[in-house]
Amino acid sequence: MAAIADRSPGEGQNDTLRRALSYALLFLLTIVFVAPIVWMVVTSLKSNYEATHSFSWIPTFDTEGYDALLNTDSSTPVLRWFLNSFIVAAGQTVLILVTASMAAYALARMEFPLKNVLFGLIVATLFVPPLVLIIPNYVVMDQLGWIDTLWAVMVPGAASAFGVFFLRQFFTLLPVELEEAALIDGASRAQIFTRIILPLSKPALATLAMLSFLVSWNDFLWPVYVLLNPPNFTLPAGLAILQNANNVNYAIIMAGAVVASVPVLLLYLFAQRYVIEGVSRAGLKG
Amino acid sequence: MASVTRDSSDVARGAPSGPVGLTRRRGARRHPTRAAWYVPYLFLAPYLVLFTAFALIPAGLLVWISLHDWDFLLPGKPWSGLDNYRKLFDSGSTVYSDYWQSMKATGIFTVFSVPFLVALPLLLALVLNGRFFGRSFFRAVYFAPFVLGVGVIGVLWQYLLDPNVGPINHWLGSLGLRDDIPWTTDTPWVWVSLIGATVWWTIGYNTVIYLAGLQDIPRELYEAAKVDGASPGQRFRHVTLPGLRVVLVFVVIITILASANMFGQSYLITNGAPAQQSRTAIMYIAEKGLRNFQMGEAAAMSLVLTTFLVLASVITVFAMRRAARD
Repeated sequence: MAAIADRSPGEGQNDTLRRALSYALLFLLTIVFVAPIVWMVVTSLKSNYEATHSFSWIPTFDTEGYDALLNTDSSTPVLRWFLNSFIVAAGQTVLILVTASMAAYALARMEFPLKNVLFGLIVATLFVPPLVLIIPNYVVMDQLGWIDTLWAVMVPGAASAFGVFFLRQFFTLLPVELEEAALIDGASRAQIFTRIILPLSKPALATLAMLSFLVSWNDFLWPVYVLLNPPNFTLPAGLAILQNANNVNYAIIMAGAVVASVPVLLLYLFAQRYVIEGVSRAGLKG
Repeated sequence: MASVTRDSSDVARGAPSGPVGLTRRRGARRHPTRAAWYVPYLFLAPYLVLFTAFALIPAGLLVWISLHDWDFLLPGKPWSGLDNYRKLFDSGSTVYSDYWQSMKATGIFTVFSVPFLVALPLLLALVLNGRFFGRSFFRAVYFAPFVLGVGVIGVLWQYLLDPNVGPINHWLGSLGLRDDIPWTTDTPWVWVSLIGATVWWTIGYNTVIYLAGLQDIPRELYEAAKVDGASPGQRFRHVTLPGLRVVLVFVVIITILASANMFGQSYLITNGAPAQQSRTAIMYIAEKGLRNFQMGEAAAMSLVLTTFLVLASVITVFAMRRAARD
């Protein structure tokens, strides 16, 4: 920026042009990324007929799509799916926060045999795509009697190697002096963990919570196969059966997609910083 | 390491109180009080229960299942040795052509999606890395599709690209272009659709990772290059790329893994069309193992796919290391 001062006037003009072109490009891209989402919302506020016949960007506020979804005795109980998705995502997030933070604290601050082996094992699973394990995990679900229950979508995903890795990294960077002082005052490890470490780690915990909720809310393949009856579905699995219905009713499908999008878009709107920060820090683990 | 610390801590305990020296501090750091030996395990236990039940046991079980004629619905699951693997490599078997067709679909998708998913986010990150008004707004907007799940973007793009009644063909027609492109029903268009939708959906993810990497490159390096008269192209080649090397390797690997595990887009947008040509390996494995319950074969397929993925990752690391050396 300081370099601007010693540029010739010609270059300055060039700069303005370049700046204008950059903004034009950035706005064009904004349209590319936003338009499909806007179209989804617009279509959800049309009738099924209009969804495939009127190609106007102005919604008619026909609620045919939402009516079909909110109809409680339908074979596509979207409110129920919404509730299921929420229970699963919230439950999985809490499980991850509790188990990963405890494990991460032990790995960051305590000495015990085979610690490095264990940590290596956990890190190694970061590079195993979870989809590789769908077959045996289905057998495990069957043994636990969890097929077609929300437990099957909530609990297995909570074995989050990423959570442990991410929090351990954060904990090791916390100043150790506070803990030392507390230990000298006779505090137990549990007290130090709950009263010092966790309060100091609020930003990291918030980031992990956001990412966990997003991932769980959006999980697709596993719920499609492990949930069998529509009342037990989560939203993404429900969207798949909306789409497979005999008559393709795009207004209904888009209404379902909007219902599935609103919570995550709201979350993103208000906690965007945590989401983006989480992803960029996830990237730095390489 | 452990013994060194213990020694210094003994020294520290014996030392009279005085100015806090390095030795003392290090000692205190490791063993301020002796907690009971089981304390670490209490902290680890909840996570280890989950990790064991849903990662370690399944990993072992995967291998075990692949060595059996494991039909989920039948009581008997007889040992079959390497039969399930032999079938995958025997062109006369029932699964051979379907499996390799699905592997081919995964291969096509990976080979053609990864270059876009690696290069376009890098361009975007370079644009967004400047200091200008609205920078975080644009970054947030480009990332936004990613917070929607594949379920949402899958049904959305299936509708947008519907060859008969979808808006994209309609708008192409009103521009006087071809209005009957079989986006979701015929090759090569299905690949254009699947890759296009995936780029639209995930471009922000890699962009954000690159941006973090770019911010770690010291500004002085750019200024020094400028003073030496390096052109923007040269600065990119000699400052940006080397500075991003680790991030680049990471992005390439996670992108290969993500693309090779593609499922939702094919499931929702093309449903494998035409004639299962866009049915990916994960999609076939899931159908075989979790719908038809022929888990032995599906487990062997998972392990063969995993082997390919491990090889691809290792090759990437070595190739990029070599490229960096040259």
